[in-house]
Amino acid sequence: MFHRLSFIPGRLLRALPVILGVTIVVFLMVHLLPGDPAIAILGDKGTPQRIAALREQLGLNQPLWLQYATFLGRLLQGNFGTSLVNNRPVAELVFQAVPVTLTLLLFALILSLLISIPLAAIAATRPNGGRDLGVRAFTLLGQGMPQFWVGIMLILLVSVELRLFPVGGYGMTDAEHLYYLFLPALTLAISMAPTIIRSLRASTIASLGSDYVATARSKGSAGSALFRQHVLRNAAIPTISVIGVNLGYLVGGSIVIERVFAIPGLGSLMLTGIFARDFPTIQAVALVVALFVIIIGILTDVLYTLLDPRVNFSKEARA
Amino acid sequence: MTPSNLLSVNNLSLGVTRAKHPATTIVKDVSFGVDRGERFGIVGESGSGKSLTLRAIAGLLPQGIDVFGGEINYEGRDLLRVTPNERRALMGPEIAMVFQEPMTALNPVMRVGEQIAEGPRRHLGLSRKKADALAIEMMAKTGIPDPAKRSRAYPHELSGGLRQRIMIAMALSCQPKLLLCDEPTTALDVTVQHQVLRLLENLCDDFGAALVFVTHDLAVVNQTCETLAVMYAGHIVETGWVKDVFRDPRHPYTRGLLDSAPDFDQPNRPLRPIPGFPPNLAERPAGCSFAPRCAQVQAGCLDSSPTLMPVTANRTAACFETRTMFEGMPA
Ligand SMILES: Nc1ncnc2c1ncn2[C@@H]1O[C@H](COP(=O)(O)OP(=O)(O)OP(=O)(O)O)[C@@H](O)[C@H]1O
Ligand SMILES: [Mg+2]
Repeated sequence: MFHRLSFIPGRLLRALPVILGVTIVVFLMVHLLPGDPAIAILGDKGTPQRIAALREQLGLNQPLWLQYATFLGRLLQGNFGTSLVNNRPVAELVFQAVPVTLTLLLFALILSLLISIPLAAIAATRPNGGRDLGVRAFTLLGQGMPQFWVGIMLILLVSVELRLFPVGGYGMTDAEHLYYLFLPALTLAISMAPTIIRSLRASTIASLGSDYVATARSKGSAGSALFRQHVLRNAAIPTISVIGVNLGYLVGGSIVIERVFAIPGLGSLMLTGIFARDFPTIQAVALVVALFVIIIGILTDVLYTLLDPRVNFSKEARA
Repeated sequence: MTPSNLLSVNNLSLGVTRAKHPATTIVKDVSFGVDRGERFGIVGESGSGKSLTLRAIAGLLPQGIDVFGGEINYEGRDLLRVTPNERRALMGPEIAMVFQEPMTALNPVMRVGEQIAEGPRRHLGLSRKKADALAIEMMAKTGIPDPAKRSRAYPHELSGGLRQRIMIAMALSCQPKLLLCDEPTTALDVTVQHQVLRLLENLCDDFGAALVFVTHDLAVVNQTCETLAVMYAGHIVETGWVKDVFRDPRHPYTRGLLDSAPDFDQPNRPLRPIPGFPPNLAERPAGCSFAPRCAQVQAGCLDSSPTLMPVTANRTAACFETRTMFEGMPA
């Protein structure tokens, strides 16, 4: 068991070049702007003095490789530079936003599983039956509706009409955080659920028709015990990678949704940064988001290994 | 055969019904009986309905296959008419099943010991610890070396032969009175096949379980079973003691099967395959299903279908030709 997880250090090591590549792209973001980055960043507020000061702050007078080396060196010390908007260290802003977005993503993931597993199970018990058609209609609808629209509709219905949840914001205490994050997480969950349901429905149907489920039935297993012990774990395996890929999209989706619900997470930070041309902030968020996606990929493989004893990513197995 | 007091299947018919299609009968009017401790074989070509018959007894018909009629009496209770809960309570402690494919019949993500222990925990109310101990004991009985260690293995870590032993250990763990085996050795190589057959026989004897053994392999029936039924295109065409049927087959199809299979006692005998193919079940011929391939076909065979009739004591066959022969014989 544990040696099957011995692929993790190697996987982390191989992620390093990818991360390095991301830092290069993020670094170049500033330099790919046409003309002088300082002028572009400052826009119509750019007096010659300010431009010169910014060039100095960004180190634009130095050769490119040296600028990158400096950039990387600072990153390694956890220094993401200073926000051009409010002069606060970007690291601090990011540090505050990361847990917010992480909570939102985790909450959304849990909600989407709570929606998907029962619906997929219901749909798979009688394929093409009435309930299956209902579930399939829901997946089509869920995939057809844009995320921000779902968010706005939920706000109008649940917050404005029914007054069950706040319109937006994040609250102060932990309990409040969850309360405030419920609707945005639900919005993300609704957009992610259709893909999970479709994958899980197909694999549940396959599992229900499999020989090992017939064997389980021949031992008198039925109902929810059969589903938990024999069907779900097997059916979940192919769905894990689908969820892994979709979490990546979800990170992107959360940017818009945080805006819709005024949540002070990475997405809001990113959008505020973009509108203010606050490049250090944009760079930092882009970097963190890329890290998220890489980590999700590794976690997906770990989960895969834990769930399926046949999977082995470690070296001996590949040799 | 004498009236059976363990299992008696009467006029069982199975088939498919689909919207906008005529119903297709796959298994038609199948009747047979199994006594306590008896070892009963069902032989027939691929597609003759052996597996479906067995699965009907186990209550494990695949989706899309329905029971069209008949009874499956187990100790006097019709399994087709008991409630799903009563049925489930029987599966394990009364009736158990071993499947053809040991590669796919075990749950790939569950340790084999746990899979064996599942039945005893449910039906015998054993604690996890006691059930685990029983699982290891059953594994030892099926001849698995180092059972305590192996019980923690996953199916993919074991060979086909070991997996089939696990299946057998699992099936017998609640001491059933009836063991249903669907070609349990077909997927195994010949030496392992032989060992597993011996094991099945011995364990059924030890546990006093009756065996219904489905196979297309006559040699296996000969080795393992006392009585048999020969199936063709969803019908039973002949039943009797294995010894008698092998010595003197009464249905042309049985004769054809024996002639087309290699015989170790007469290695130089030429193999004569049965010409033609089994009928398409959706367009069953009006008369005897075997008539289009039968060497002794008569005019009457194409019009009406013969039913299973006694030919001698403990023998039945569904053939007009045999019947005339029998009726012509002095009593
Ligand atoms: N789920 C199903 N839906 C429709 N037809 C089926 C289904 N399962 C089996 N059949 C049909 O029923 C017939 C009998 O199948 P069965 O599996 O009982 O044959 P068998 O005698 O066990 O053959 P084999 O030796 O290949 O296992 C076959 O012609 C098959 O096509
Ligand atoms: Mg079969």
